[in-house]
Amino acid sequence: MDNPQIIGTPKELVKGEARVAMTPESAGLLQKLGYQCAIQSGAGKLAGFSDAAYADAGVEVIKTAKGLWEKADIITKVRQPETREHKYLTKGKTLISFFNPAGNEDGMAAAKEGGANVIAMEMVPRISRAQKMDALSSMANIAGYRSVIEAGNNFGRFFTGQITAAGKVPPAKVLIVGGGVAGLAAVGTSVSLGAITYAFDVRPEVAEQVESMGAEFVYLDFEEEQQDGAATGGYAAVSSPEFREAQLAKFRELAPEIDIVITTALIPNREAPKLWLADMIASMKTGSVVVDLAAERGGNADGTVKDQKVVTDNGVTIIGYTDFPSRMAAQSSTLYSNNIRHMMTDLTPEKDGQVKHDMEDDVIRGATVSFEGEITFPPPPLKIKAIAAQKKPEVAVLTAEEKRAKEDADFKAATKQQVTILAGGALLMLLVGAFAPASFMQHFIVFVLACFVGYQVIWNVSHALHTPLMAVTNAISGIVILGAVLQIGSENNLVVIMATISVLISTINIVGGFLVTRRMLAMFSKS
Amino acid sequence: MSYGILSAAFIAAAVLFILSLGGLSNQESAKRAVWYGIVGMALAVLVTVFGPDSGNYVWLIGAIIIGSFIGQFVAVRVQMTEMPQLVAALHSFVGLAAVFIGLNAELELQSVLAMDILQREDLIGFAQKLAHKTSVEISILKVEVFLGIFIGAVTFTGSIVAFGKLAGKVDGKPKKLPGGHALNAGAAIASLVLGIMFCQGEGIWTMIAVIIIAGFIGYHLIMGIGGADMPVVVSMLNSYSGWAAAAIGFTLGNDLLIVTGALVGSSGAILSYIMCKAMNRDFISVILGGFGGDVGPQMEVEGEQIAIDAAGVVSALEDADSVIIIPGYGLAVAQAQQSVSELTKRLRAQGKTVRFAIHPVAGRLPGHMNVLLAEAKVPYDIVLEMDEINDDFPTTDVVIVIGSNDIVNPAAQDDPNSPIAGMPVLECWKAKQVFVSKRGQGTGYSGIENPLFYKENTRMFYGDAKASLDTLLKDIT
Repeated sequence: MDNPQIIGTPKELVKGEARVAMTPESAGLLQKLGYQCAIQSGAGKLAGFSDAAYADAGVEVIKTAKGLWEKADIITKVRQPETREHKYLTKGKTLISFFNPAGNEDGMAAAKEGGANVIAMEMVPRISRAQKMDALSSMANIAGYRSVIEAGNNFGRFFTGQITAAGKVPPAKVLIVGGGVAGLAAVGTSVSLGAITYAFDVRPEVAEQVESMGAEFVYLDFEEEQQDGAATGGYAAVSSPEFREAQLAKFRELAPEIDIVITTALIPNREAPKLWLADMIASMKTGSVVVDLAAERGGNADGTVKDQKVVTDNGVTIIGYTDFPSRMAAQSSTLYSNNIRHMMTDLTPEKDGQVKHDMEDDVIRGATVSFEGEITFPPPPLKIKAIAAQKKPEVAVLTAEEKRAKEDADFKAATKQQVTILAGGALLMLLVGAFAPASFMQHFIVFVLACFVGYQVIWNVSHALHTPLMAVTNAISGIVILGAVLQIGSENNLVVIMATISVLISTINIVGGFLVTRRMLAMFSKS
Repeated sequence: MSYGILSAAFIAAAVLFILSLGGLSNQESAKRAVWYGIVGMALAVLVTVFGPDSGNYVWLIGAIIIGSFIGQFVAVRVQMTEMPQLVAALHSFVGLAAVFIGLNAELELQSVLAMDILQREDLIGFAQKLAHKTSVEISILKVEVFLGIFIGAVTFTGSIVAFGKLAGKVDGKPKKLPGGHALNAGAAIASLVLGIMFCQGEGIWTMIAVIIIAGFIGYHLIMGIGGADMPVVVSMLNSYSGWAAAAIGFTLGNDLLIVTGALVGSSGAILSYIMCKAMNRDFISVILGGFGGDVGPQMEVEGEQIAIDAAGVVSALEDADSVIIIPGYGLAVAQAQQSVSELTKRLRAQGKTVRFAIHPVAGRLPGHMNVLLAEAKVPYDIVLEMDEINDDFPTTDVVIVIGSNDIVNPAAQDDPNSPIAGMPVLECWKAKQVFVSKRGQGTGYSGIENPLFYKENTRMFYGDAKASLDTLLKDIT
């Protein structure tokens, strides 16, 4: 067996980045996959993991970044590598990290020249199987939570409405724009803090998710077929100008009564759409808070300044931080390192500490942006498309004419069938009538009519009452007692005896049947 | 009492019977409907007893009083889970009564024919009617007597076998004597021949022979039908008992008997049809017994059944928002309806959505489960039919299958060679988690392997249904 490969995590270089891509816990699990682990001294410090904790978990602590990069075969990181790290992207190394392949030309070039394999965590496809390594989701979840906490920190009132001895406090009203992972996490946090929470999303299927978390979905009065998010990999698509107008009008209407706005609207590979405009901010109450989770891409709100908190002239605080996950470094490091660990599990099918970079695997292929000196970005479209079950194909809507034609055809077919049956029936009647005497025919008419009535009546009986129906019909079939009663007056003793027995058992049938039916029916009660 | 009043009363009774059946279209009006039936029946019996054609009151009233007591006793004592047996047993009574009345008609006819004109003038009741029949009418009468006796005898023995199977006194597996269908067909032809001989003036011995042969047909027919098809059998026998009554009505020239018999007969026939459709089975093949011949090897089921303990089920239920319970015959056997009702009540009190999914052929009687759940005071508006609820399984967190098997068998959809292929089933495997409460690993009544039990999201919760539910109730408050 080959020597186990080494997974190493250097210290993050970006200022203010507190997260770390390996925790003592994840290191333990990685070791179970057969790997050795290494970490740069101090890498976990800001997230609350000391070098000693790593050492206890069997992780080798390496002093310098250079030493670590050179020693490790697989490097796991949070942020994309800085320019000074590019020289380490050499052949034989595998880098697992956020990489921003679309906007990181230098990094891509470096990876290609150096020959390193790069797995970009933001490129993990959004399919069910890959959810466990979907770092965007796990980070967005934290950002959503933290955005509410951050808003509360800057908001001078309670979230819950309270009636206290010292007076009445109205509940805060929170509007969350965008119902993605971050938006839903924010909804959940806000609702659990007790605020009246509204949420909006351009994808109509989100309404159900929002409502399931206890918030109210803001519906637009707008007739347009919105593209189902499931068709675009779960992301929002650009909306039409008319739709946008309707949306802004709705926000304008809401703005004066909303205390906290959290915007999370992003469209893949585009500037964030401007949704919370200057006039809406101006109409908000003093002390209100806007948290703009889209600040990285220019922000959803007018006046958002990236990485800063600004207060407008009318006293509205606009928060444009982009490092929400990093502000909860312990939590986000745990989740991110778990995402990485799951990725490693998929990369190590044999659990032998050797990476098997299987470019046939949908998930691995999708996330790999550079492989053995070749740029492999963007990935080919997924073989499995759906992230959520696609809706059932709708039954083709018939045009009015087709409908009428179909109805006509159905009507004709039904008429034909009925006429055939009637004609056949009439013929049969005639045949019987031709031979049978009149007295028989009288009874026969009654019989046929009764069958017909029975047929019509029984179809309406509800399924739940089928047992009572059987009991009732059973009781009614005790009507044979009449026959026995008519015969019991006979002079023949044998006849009298048999008739008496018949009366007896028919009576049991009648009384038993009806009583049991009543018992059953009395039990049916509504909730 | 004149014949006019008698006829008026009969018309009223017929209308009341029709209203009684029509009233069963929903639960509320059904409570009124049963009264219509009772009043109609009381009216019909009263006017007949005190009408012009009756007599021998001591025997008559005595039999009615004794019969009423027995009927009441049985109806009050019977457990709701024993409903199927009771209904089957009552059907056999109608069949037997029809046989006796048919025989009586023949005996009376013979004695009337033996009399001379003068004696005939003094006759009353049924005999009087017979006395005025022409020869053609008498041959028709004989055909009617034959039909009444034949159907009555089939109903009688068939119902007794059905009763035995439902009560567990006779093995539920389909059984056939060598010869199978040919034997039945031969017996039917023999009866027909005897019937023709009877019409041509042979003595009453032909009818006795018909009773024996028809009795055999009834026995053999129902023995050949498996336990899973029992709902169809019971409603079919119900239908037969109606036709027997109608045939007797023809014999006696009594329109009320004809009307009522026809109502019951057509109702039973439609019910059987509905049941068969629910199982995607051909009506004829069900009646003729058991499943059709095997088409090919059934799919092998892979995987293993994974068991779970009460604690696991409880924690899944605590986490669930929506729960669907699928009851089956096992629930009835274990008398677990009260426990499941209590479970439902508690889960609903926690704010969870709890609903019941009822397959049309769940249990041993049409609508069997509805009655059991109603007995345990499960509100009927959360008890839904298959078609109403089948689309909701994918959004359901937990499904609890209690003592049902074939009606949740995915092989009906996946395996074209399965004996139940094409039968509509409850698609519970689409839910996030399925718990199956079952006594052991064996196959169900129909003996078909169920791939549901091997699915990844299925956990087997072994044990008697009632005991299992009661352990759950300990931990759910």
